[in-house]
Amino acid sequence: MLTSQIGNYALIFGVIFSFFLITCLLLNTYRFIKINLTTIYSVLFLQLFLVLISFFCLIYSFLISDFSNITVYNNSHTTKPLFYKISGTWGNHEGSMLLWLLVLTLFVFLFFIYSKKQPKNYRLTTLIFQQIIITGFFLFVLITSNPFNIIFPKPAEGLGLNPILQDPALAIHPPILYLGYVGSSIIFSASLSALVSKNINTYWAQHIKKWIFLTWIFLTFGILLGSIWAYYELGWGGFWFWDPVENVSLMPWFTLTALLHSISVLEKRLVLKSWTVILSIATFSLSMSGTFLVRSGILNSVHTFANDPGRGLFILIFLFLLILISILIFFFFQKDENFSQKRIYWLSKETAILINNWFMIFFLSVVLIGTTYPIFLEVLTNEKISVGPPFYQKLLVPFFIPFLFFMAIGPNLKWIKNDYKKINFNKILLLFFLCFVTFLLVNKLNIKNLFQIILIIASFYLFVISLDDLIFKRKNFSQNIAHFGFSILILSIIFNGILSKETSANMKIGDEITFDGNLIKLKKIEAIDKENYKSIVANFEIKDQKKQIILLKPEIRIYNQPNILTSEADIKSNFFEDKFIVFSILNREEIFNVRYQVKRFMIWIWISVFLIIFGGLIKLLRTQ
Amino acid sequence: MKKNIYFFILFLAIIIIFILLYKAIYQSNSYIPSLSTNNKINNFSANSLFSDNKIDIKDLSKLEKITIINIWASWCAPCRNEHKYLMKLRQHPNINLIGLNYKDDPSKAKKFIENFGNPFSKILKDPKGIISIDIGAYGVPETYIVDNKLNIIKKFIGELTSNNYEEIVNIANK
Repeated sequence: MLTSQIGNYALIFGVIFSFFLITCLLLNTYRFIKINLTTIYSVLFLQLFLVLISFFCLIYSFLISDFSNITVYNNSHTTKPLFYKISGTWGNHEGSMLLWLLVLTLFVFLFFIYSKKQPKNYRLTTLIFQQIIITGFFLFVLITSNPFNIIFPKPAEGLGLNPILQDPALAIHPPILYLGYVGSSIIFSASLSALVSKNINTYWAQHIKKWIFLTWIFLTFGILLGSIWAYYELGWGGFWFWDPVENVSLMPWFTLTALLHSISVLEKRLVLKSWTVILSIATFSLSMSGTFLVRSGILNSVHTFANDPGRGLFILIFLFLLILISILIFFFFQKDENFSQKRIYWLSKETAILINNWFMIFFLSVVLIGTTYPIFLEVLTNEKISVGPPFYQKLLVPFFIPFLFFMAIGPNLKWIKNDYKKINFNKILLLFFLCFVTFLLVNKLNIKNLFQIILIIASFYLFVISLDDLIFKRKNFSQNIAHFGFSILILSIIFNGILSKETSANMKIGDEITFDGNLIKLKKIEAIDKENYKSIVANFEIKDQKKQIILLKPEIRIYNQPNILTSEADIKSNFFEDKFIVFSILNREEIFNVRYQVKRFMIWIWISVFLIIFGGLIKLLRTQ
Repeated sequence: MKKNIYFFILFLAIIIIFILLYKAIYQSNSYIPSLSTNNKINNFSANSLFSDNKIDIKDLSKLEKITIINIWASWCAPCRNEHKYLMKLRQHPNINLIGLNYKDDPSKAKKFIENFGNPFSKILKDPKGIISIDIGAYGVPETYIVDNKLNIIKKFIGELTSNNYEEIVNIANK
């Protein structure tokens, strides 16, 4: 009861500080008052401290299961394990929005500390934009989704957390993703303010580059965690479903990745100023749209649990105000760049990066259309459609082929102008050699799809070239390792898709089936009582040709609060394949439906993304 | 001049997208993860709460009416809230209401019916919750509307609201 009050008032004081800061900064801009930098430091710190207090109040309410708090009542239960009581704090709408706010205030504080070398004018303008965003979120939390609402009389027991959210990967997935989203807000404010204060130059590019890399790392890692969660917890046996909510996290990733590349062009050649600003605006708008689409309940997905039109409306209006303001500022302050002294040659690193950007924008458009088209169609015609994986595969796969080739060639080009004579004929020979290797492979595996075959050649090409760069050239280690990781990602996705096998069967205890050279036997079924669920565990024995036995124990969990069944897959991984098994109960009690999958090279998908992130991390550490 | 035209086009596009999304907010409906893809309830037999003899659901739904199967329990708070709608539905001539008592103590279930009234023509017991899981339910309360061949016409998850009540009456009137 008391903790909720403290949390609530901390938020109210926090928003007052925001208003105070915006007013002071605006007055300072028009030279009515002169603001002291130490004052700003203290106000920012106090604001962060207040949000931190209210966040800890919420965690505490969850810890002690204080059901007088509506958020706790709706999302927690006394029998829930301690870990999920804590992670339940941000596993719900109200708490996750509070987390957004916490990260926002933290990042703006950090930004102010780490931008000391930048002009004062630029720093203060960034702060104004950032505080406008923070105010918006404060008001959103306080008005439409206050986590500290009180329920009276106090209920004896809570409703519990949705069991599919009770998973370690999901406990850290939202915070990491939010770090990425919020980081994009800093890039957004900084670019707008650099535009307004005419501060877009090499130094600014170097300074904002760190934020871009930091944001990109968090966003990539957040998406990866979501994907891992889908694979292990949802039990569908895949890692990416082109689910609208997944797409929504992918869209800002495309623009951010484009920005990550184009910022180097700005840094080295001082061109593409407007383009950088546009990408920054787009990245943040897409992050916000993601929040809007998920939180308003417009999207039908596993992620939308509760929805309330009022909340959606608030974010919608806020989002569009931000977009309108940023576009107005952009058109008002943007100056046409003078390209006459700065020619961009065809064969140069700049062109290669521009090509990367075009591809990113193309990928973005495909995903954007696939995600929003069903929404618009439903509004206009009341027709419900869903856009599935075939749409994305048809539109994306052909374009990946040139994309991969450019990814291999681009990094080895020089800035400004590359000499034609320096084109290495070994690389063309390599290409022929890889065609031959792929031909053998295709014959053996019996692949018929032409696009797939060329895609394999292209990704092998990228693989060899980037491996060569990584080992022998070492010019740009972080970039080499990221591109190398990407080639492994594409290769493992292709071969995972081609070589994976699956079977399903109805089995009784003692039944055996043979699949993929292995003997699968259902040995026994046990029932186990756990802290907040009952578990039905099936024991499967998988015997391969060498008579090695692997035990797999998939479960069905019957959670007590809320009363939901989940099925937990059991997975055994090695470097070549994952053995994935799930089962479900059929009508008659003694027969079970078993789904067994062999997913080849699954683990390489995770490893390759880790490599890509590692590349970004190295770059971040080196630019400091 | 060119810049102004770009700005105007962009502005217009943004306004249109805003209007579309605004409309979308009020059309959205919450997502229900589906465990069972069946649109038919398999026949099951269960003991009656009051007489304790075995009854087939197939036999109960043979009438020329729609059948509503309501999964409830005396310990479930939302069930109390929706009870008033069930009592009203009972009076509808085209509706045959069957209760499925989920994981309950029979004496408490009987007491619940005594206190709040009996809307059901028959109450079946599901002491272990197996039947409910079998027909694709994942909690209480849940309400299934089925035709006389046990095809599911509509499924309500969670407490019935006044809107749901009207929807059911509309289906029954057809």
